[in-house]
Amino acid sequence: MCRLFALTSRDPVSPMRAIDALNVMKEGHDGSGVGLYLGGLGGPFEDLKDHPILSGIFTEAGLRRLDEYMAGQGFEIRHAVRFAPRSDPPAGTPRRGTYAAIAYECPAAWDELADDERGRRLVRTRLALRAEGEQTGDMMVFSFWPDTIMIKEVGDPLEMGAYLELGREELHARRILAQGRQNTNYAINLYACHPFFIEGVATMTNGENTAFVPIREYLMSRGVEGYSGYQSDSEVFTHIAHFSTRRLGLDIRAYKHVITPLSDDEMRQHPDREFLQSLKRSCRKLIIDGPNCVIGCLPDGTMFMVQDRKKLRPGVVGGDPASGVFAFSSEICGLNAAIPDRDKSKDFQPMHLDTAIVGPDCREVVQCSQNDPLPLQR
Amino acid sequence: MLTERPVTPATLGVKDLPWQIKWDIATCTNCGRCTAVCPVSAIEFGVFRKREIIAPMGLQARPSNTFSVYHGIRQRTDPAYACIGCAMCNMVCPNNAIEPVRQYDSTTLEFHNNRGGQPRTRGGRRNSGESLLDQIKFIRISMLTDPALDAGRHEFDMRTLLGRVLSPEDELRCQRENGWKPPVREIYPLVIGGMSFGALSPNMWEGLQMGVAYLNEELGMPVRMCTGEGGCPPRLLRSRFLKYVILQIASGYFGWDEIIHAIPEMKEDPCAIEIKYGQGAKPGDGGLLMWYKVNKLIAAIRGVPVGVSLPSPPTHQTQYSIEESVAKMIQSMSMAWGFRVPVYPKISASSTSLAVLNNLVRNPYAAGLAIDGEDGGTGAAYNVSMNHMGHPIASNLRDCYKALCVAGAQNEIPLIAGGGIGKHGNLAANAAALIMLGASMVQIGKYVMQAGAGCVGSEKDRCNVCNIGVCPKGITSQDPRIYRRLDPEQVAERVVDFYLAFDTELRKVFAPLGRSTSLPIGMSDGLGIGDRDVAERLDIKYVI
Repeated sequence: MCRLFALTSRDPVSPMRAIDALNVMKEGHDGSGVGLYLGGLGGPFEDLKDHPILSGIFTEAGLRRLDEYMAGQGFEIRHAVRFAPRSDPPAGTPRRGTYAAIAYECPAAWDELADDERGRRLVRTRLALRAEGEQTGDMMVFSFWPDTIMIKEVGDPLEMGAYLELGREELHARRILAQGRQNTNYAINLYACHPFFIEGVATMTNGENTAFVPIREYLMSRGVEGYSGYQSDSEVFTHIAHFSTRRLGLDIRAYKHVITPLSDDEMRQHPDREFLQSLKRSCRKLIIDGPNCVIGCLPDGTMFMVQDRKKLRPGVVGGDPASGVFAFSSEICGLNAAIPDRDKSKDFQPMHLDTAIVGPDCREVVQCSQNDPLPLQR
Repeated sequence: MLTERPVTPATLGVKDLPWQIKWDIATCTNCGRCTAVCPVSAIEFGVFRKREIIAPMGLQARPSNTFSVYHGIRQRTDPAYACIGCAMCNMVCPNNAIEPVRQYDSTTLEFHNNRGGQPRTRGGRRNSGESLLDQIKFIRISMLTDPALDAGRHEFDMRTLLGRVLSPEDELRCQRENGWKPPVREIYPLVIGGMSFGALSPNMWEGLQMGVAYLNEELGMPVRMCTGEGGCPPRLLRSRFLKYVILQIASGYFGWDEIIHAIPEMKEDPCAIEIKYGQGAKPGDGGLLMWYKVNKLIAAIRGVPVGVSLPSPPTHQTQYSIEESVAKMIQSMSMAWGFRVPVYPKISASSTSLAVLNNLVRNPYAAGLAIDGEDGGTGAAYNVSMNHMGHPIASNLRDCYKALCVAGAQNEIPLIAGGGIGKHGNLAANAAALIMLGASMVQIGKYVMQAGAGCVGSEKDRCNVCNIGVCPKGITSQDPRIYRRLDPEQVAERVVDFYLAFDTELRKVFAPLGRSTSLPIGMSDGLGIGDRDVAERLDIKYVI
């Protein structure tokens, strides 16, 4: 089983804080890998908010080909963090080369483009690099989006933290999603490691998705660039979140209605029943059966947690409004490790109807039930 | 009987017949029940002469003969009266003194069932015991990677959607703009397929309707039943129970004058309209109700004269192209009910199914596609059509579902699969396999007759006389002396029984797969089969 830990903070914090929390929850995961999403970046990227950052792992040849490719496309490097570990990797982790996060200036021709089109082109560039890397084996690309860094590697999270020196200030971030296990349900592959990311939407998931194949087929037939890959059955949760919020324009509170709609009896009492019934029918192929706990982050920095319909996975949210730090954790011990001085009576464990949301201002945990009215769809 | 029987090319002996009557003189009481019940008069009361030679010991006395007679059962050997193996004789015999026995090496009749140049016609379905669906296994069992669900404890939503479902984008746009949305019904995924009033006896029909009404109103299971092409009793058309009925229109339009005229008086809309273009049991052939069964009641409901055979043409005669056949007819039928009722075509599985489907994807009024495989049943057809025409359902359904996935319309057009589901009694397993291959729901007919009313027909060429109105159980007969054997109340009870059992079994399949909140339509990763070619063709796992 995976263990998940997410931090959202007013001020940038070290990713090691999340990794330490994962380590506390080690009894619940096998320590086979680590995946990190970093958003709301501090450090050198603080002033480069509009510049897409390419995250990935490259060999020497891969780096050269990356530079050639990006230059050919008209991208110019604005700032690059390239980290090649000097020490030997821990047992079980291969020596791969350079872990890079490179911020680019987009080609001048993109200036006139609408945001949607710019987004599509960034996804297209990432997919092209990934496809090339899969052929040559010299690059892996996890994200290419403004204010976003993703790191994935095989190995124990704490050892990886030390090996990759993840406590560096240039990696400090306000939004951190951390996950402590390689996907072992299918073939081991770094692309199968959570969190997953598309156009500003990142999620990670605990549990197995039994409805994976029909959902994957449905997403792949939506005609959206980037709905591909699917080395992990959890990647569909990211794409459903993207589909719901970006493509359909729904509020994140509707996400739970897409993946785990209300039963008819519950819906009958709901003020938005007509809308919800339409949503349930038209998004029927996106219904999950769990068992899953999903933690995600949206482009505006909103973080959320939802559970499957039967609430078969653990999950807790809590934090400290005074210091502006909140965390979403698989287990309370992880939360205790990361934010020991919070008011524990305010901790919230979302149940089968709930969505827990912490806005980018990090002031409070907003609890939404599926029984509540949906304000934005009226 | 003549002492010297003429032996002609068409002379058959009992040994030439597939079903041979085994009769026990010692236990027979000559009560005559067997000969009275036999639907095809295959047996008759016989007077047999017997000669006994008495040869005393020694050389003095000469041997002598005595002649006696005894009474018993004689099996007729004229092909027109060949035993059909229904075993009603055995069922009514007080002493179990008689039974038909199948002789698989007795095949002569198969070469002589075309007397007078008339090819054999019959009811039933393809006489083949093979069932691909029975070989499919459910292999993705949740255990440790995720907890399996509990079929008895967790909430299950087993309903499916019948009707054109809009894409999420269009649905939200309609919601915003208050636009027209195609009608969609939430129904139980096991539908009683089209068996007409006429093909079935009034008692059978009444029993099915009562069973369906009970399932809906007392047990909350939204089960639907299709009328088949034979109209609908006027009182049902004007009752609130019409909402449980799918009205079928086919190329003969039987009964549609009555239906159209009843529209202003309908209290409820029907569940849906099924336009039948083809039937799995006899693709390319129209419906057929033979004259034996067209009595006064049937004639009145269908709007035809009494005592004439009622063949529906193989195609809808008023149309000449796929666009006309499908698009215009769907639109016309939709318009008749003010676009409030889903309308979908039913075709026989065929290598042309994809062409029909592609047409439907572009038709915003098409509410689904029913595909009937080669193992579907029928009340009457030529033997050659039933045994040799048609396409298996599994690969045809799978191709159609995958085509929908490519078009992105897999949630928009429900596929309804039929033909051979529960052929060997494995109703839930077969239905679950088809759902996971891509069907939104399945249709059954033969199983309903077998489980609901004790139909004795089988794929071993047993009985299969639905076409001539002599059904020994009264299921497909229009003769009140025969169909009074069938109590509608008891049929209704059996329908409820098998639906409840099916529901439990379906949960027992889906729960271990970790699915309960929506039907696992297209969840093909959960299926496996021990045949590499089939696995490749259906895109499921090869397991041995």
